[in-house]
Amino acid sequence: MIPAGFEYHRPADLAAAIGILQQHGDEARVVAGGHSLIPMMKLRMAELGHLVDLRDIGELRGIGIAGGTAEIGAMTTQHELIGHGGLASALPVLREAALQIADPQVRYLGTIGGNVANGDPGNDMPAVMQCLGARFRLCGPEGEREVAARDFYEAAFFTARAEEEILSRILIPLPPEGTGQAYVKQKRKIGDYATAAAAVIAGRDSASVAMTNLSDTPVWSAEAGAALAAGHVEGCVEAMLAAIDPQEDMRGPIPFKKHVAAVVLRRAIGAALARRA
Amino acid sequence: MKDDATAPADRSAGLKGLGCSRKRVEDVRFTQGRGNYVDDIKLKGMLSGDFVRSPYAHARVVSVDKDAALAVPGVLAVLTAQDLEPLGLHWMPTLAGDRQMVLADGKVLFQGQEVAFVVATDRYAAADGVAAVEVEYEELPVVTDPFRALDPDAPVLREDLEGKTEGAHGARRHHNHIFTWEAGDREATEAVLGEAEVVAEEMIHYHRTHPMPLETCGCVASMDKVTGKLTVWGTFQAPHAVRTVASLISGIAEHNIRIVSPDIGGGFGNKVGVYPGYVCSIVASIVTGRPVKWVESRMDNLMSTAFARDYWMKGRIAATKDGKITGLRCHVTADHGGFDACADPTKFPAGFMNICTGSYDIPVAYLEVDGVYTNKAPGGVAYRCSFRVTEAAYFIERMIEVLAIKLGMDAAELRRINFIRADQFPYQSALGWEYDSGDYHRAWDKALEAVGYDALRAEQAQRLEDFRAGKTRKLIGIGLTHFTEIVGAGPVKNCDILGLGMFDSCEIRIHPTGSAIARLGTISQGQGHATTFAQIIASEIGIPADDITLEEGDTDTAPYGLGTYGSRSTPVAGAATAMAARKIRAKAQMIAAYLLEVHDDDVEFDIDRFAVKGAPERFKTMKEIAFAAYNQAIPGIEPGLEAVSYYDPPNMTYPFGAYICVMEIDVDTGDHDIRSFYALDDCGTRINPMIIEGQVHGGATEGYAIAMGQEIAYDAMGNHKTATLMDFFVPTSWETPHYTTDFTVTPSPHHPIGAKGVGESPNVGSVPCFSNAVHDAFRPFGLVHSHMPHDQWRVWKIAHDLGLHG
Ligand SMILES: Cc1cc2nc3c(=O)[nH]c(=O)nc-3n(C[C@H](O)[C@H](O)[C@H](O)COP(=O)(O)OP(=O)(O)OC[C@H]3O[C@@H](n4cnc5c(N)ncnc54)[C@H](O)[C@@H]3O)c2cc1C
Repeated sequence: MIPAGFEYHRPADLAAAIGILQQHGDEARVVAGGHSLIPMMKLRMAELGHLVDLRDIGELRGIGIAGGTAEIGAMTTQHELIGHGGLASALPVLREAALQIADPQVRYLGTIGGNVANGDPGNDMPAVMQCLGARFRLCGPEGEREVAARDFYEAAFFTARAEEEILSRILIPLPPEGTGQAYVKQKRKIGDYATAAAAVIAGRDSASVAMTNLSDTPVWSAEAGAALAAGHVEGCVEAMLAAIDPQEDMRGPIPFKKHVAAVVLRRAIGAALARRA
Repeated sequence: MKDDATAPADRSAGLKGLGCSRKRVEDVRFTQGRGNYVDDIKLKGMLSGDFVRSPYAHARVVSVDKDAALAVPGVLAVLTAQDLEPLGLHWMPTLAGDRQMVLADGKVLFQGQEVAFVVATDRYAAADGVAAVEVEYEELPVVTDPFRALDPDAPVLREDLEGKTEGAHGARRHHNHIFTWEAGDREATEAVLGEAEVVAEEMIHYHRTHPMPLETCGCVASMDKVTGKLTVWGTFQAPHAVRTVASLISGIAEHNIRIVSPDIGGGFGNKVGVYPGYVCSIVASIVTGRPVKWVESRMDNLMSTAFARDYWMKGRIAATKDGKITGLRCHVTADHGGFDACADPTKFPAGFMNICTGSYDIPVAYLEVDGVYTNKAPGGVAYRCSFRVTEAAYFIERMIEVLAIKLGMDAAELRRINFIRADQFPYQSALGWEYDSGDYHRAWDKALEAVGYDALRAEQAQRLEDFRAGKTRKLIGIGLTHFTEIVGAGPVKNCDILGLGMFDSCEIRIHPTGSAIARLGTISQGQGHATTFAQIIASEIGIPADDITLEEGDTDTAPYGLGTYGSRSTPVAGAATAMAARKIRAKAQMIAAYLLEVHDDDVEFDIDRFAVKGAPERFKTMKEIAFAAYNQAIPGIEPGLEAVSYYDPPNMTYPFGAYICVMEIDVDTGDHDIRSFYALDDCGTRINPMIIEGQVHGGATEGYAIAMGQEIAYDAMGNHKTATLMDFFVPTSWETPHYTTDFTVTPSPHHPIGAKGVGESPNVGSVPCFSNAVHDAFRPFGLVHSHMPHDQWRVWKIAHDLGLHG
């Protein structure tokens, strides 16, 4: 549990950070809260020559809600997100999901940007972002671009982000007034990744559904959302079960995971519908 | 004579002696981050050691190339078996009479086995050195199943033992067989089973788990070339035994070895054994002439140092139709891993598994245990229990439930009609123990009443009806357990480890001003010895506990003893403490009589003083007596006031308890919720009720973890699947149940203060209690037995297999 040696950089702005990434190529990696990356380094599963700490970059901070969109700086910690009153009322599902991530100590440091950029299928926020139809703003040597959360995840730890790009902000369209939102997660204990988790938003005639840790990427299913929007809960569950592809691990074998996925999804749907105004 | 108006009750309370919930004196430093653990020790010029470990469970080591590692800046040496061989230290004896490789000698037998030891100027350089060592392996077929290991064509694991038909514990009948150990009467038991009205049969697996102390194992070895003295600070549960064994192995004279156990962050059996890290650190310090530190990472700890349990227990229990048990048979296939490194008393290679008749009056019984080698880590230690007592308690408490199902009886009632009655003590068990004391019926009735047993059963029946009617998806399980432990090893006539008798010791010195220091042969790992042993002395000789310093763990200063595990500290060292105190009191009596100018027999002890019989106003306090002992010439009495006692207990002690758990189970997710957990413990005389409560909370929480999810799992290739805390379940405060504690008091008749020990009872008792609750929830649907741990998917699978998912 001792990492290999590395150079530590702490740039003050985005341009400098991108410059360091350009200079060192795949030898360099950005670190946000470090709560996914540093354990990998300690296991020597990630060995890098250069670590670029983003914590001094003001452009990556701040939460704003305006014009029907919530904008969250990548370096916002889970703890800050949980404590933000505006987000709690506009996007309660964010708070609900964040409260189910790890424990307070991890949440003081772990960031929303790191959580969505990491690409680990166990992370909770990617499914929430897909469910909400969020967009990720990426800054690189060629400037800025935006990628939809639903297009971002390619495989475990592979995303649409180029090596020299930094995720700067997350943009979330606010669901219409009265939309019910819920995130339900089954795990073995505090600090565990999901056995299965479901993010659901349900409006009067719209719905969106995504799930965590049941495939090598988060799973958003248009069919599942459409079925739910049409009021067919079991159709939604069926579509989701067709879309997921869980693997056996210490949490249990595949049939168990599929069963629990359906249970958790039904519970999330139930909660979202109950919260719908 | 002076006037002392203090009422006896106040004088007594001021001592904070037996029965006082005195706050733990240790916690002042622990809660302020001022503990001094092995990893806190930093010596001038200290080096750091780390292991190259095997990625394979069974492989030949073709070559070890050190060159790249030696080129890493800061790396000073890389030790392999070849380097240790000239010293005769490439293998070491285990506490179980087997031998274990210190570093891989030609092959490896489990994943994570130590292959080479890298010594460097700091921890980071050592890790870089480890990464740079190149080892070539040739994979061999892997055996992780102990039954498969005994097949005629199973791969030979221990080539060093090939052809050896005698092991440390008798005949070996197969190349992967270690020993067979038996107790009881085989023929009589078979006869009873053959004729019984009812026989229940079940295979009960107590899965492999790990003690996982918060602080991992480690040491700092420092060989002083000038004085020739070796000092080793380490996480040792038995420092004196380590010194003797180290001397015997290394040839260094015992007076030139000093072993120090500083503060220890939990042991639970994991820190009893001798590990390659200790040997390599000592050798590296001798080679380099500098102190060498080795501290395990969490993964090292979970993968390589002593595991616990892994017993496959095949049980058959016979009874009459109305539930009177007539006989019990148990056969154990014990998976010991690649080396037999259990830490049991020598004559007991399966520990005290023969306590498996439990709390019941079972006329005949027979136990047979086969120890087996597999490609898993060695160990088999007593994880917060006396030797194999958790396994025994789990076995009998599951068999009782299985029998209750067969008989269609309530399991509480079945227990009641089979308990050993209070008037049967001392009770001779069919498997060879003499239970010292107990009153099981009293405890059981108190427990059932406290939880409102009948009302609980009624609620459970209603819930079942609702479940069947589709109104709920949650079942209620009521888990029952009545356990009997056997602790306090033990009488030297039958208890030794590697020939070292299992007595223990205490030395007390009273200072002239009436305060004191006491030293013991044991070592606290969080149990609070400094608090409780001072209380024993306070009550015995009338010096306030707050005025008594307690020291353990330094072999240069403490009297010899066998250490702390198996709940032996209070039964053995606690007894020594009382006996040493009584020697002091006897001398104090003579001094008091002299000072009061009366005959020795004319003074009597009164809380904190000796007073003239019939004239309580004429007295000398212990403070006054202590001062006189040092500073007044008393004819016929030598100066000073101190004593030492080495206590060889006449028998074990037999703590017992009644635990009841109420659990809700979600049949769809396999998740559970512990609604209540009631723990009644009878540990004899209660020294410190608050510490007892803390011990029960801690032990029950470990038991909860074991029953509900904690396991050491391997895949078929011998890959360790639970080497981090992501997958090895350790409950946080969030998962930890709430406990209600209660007690009865049945003092041990042979212990000087009647105490029996409690540290391990809650682990022993809670595991079957949680497990029985899970089983009880599914009993109406036909479940008889399902193996632990009862984590979500396994509970889900029970429901699934019973057709509860529609
Ligand atoms: C005990 C424990 C339990 C946990 N449980 C959960 C859980 O239940 N659910 C859950 O979702 N997570 C869990 N986590 C992970 C935690 O939430 C992490 O904090 C999170 O995954 C990553 O965020 P971070 O800020 O720590 O990122 P880091 O670890 O610093 O980085 C993670 C990865 O993202 C990249 N990265 C970070 N920020 C950016 C950026 N702005 N632009 C581009 N790339 C970036 C890094 O280069 C790295 O590859 C747990 C962690 C621990 C230690």
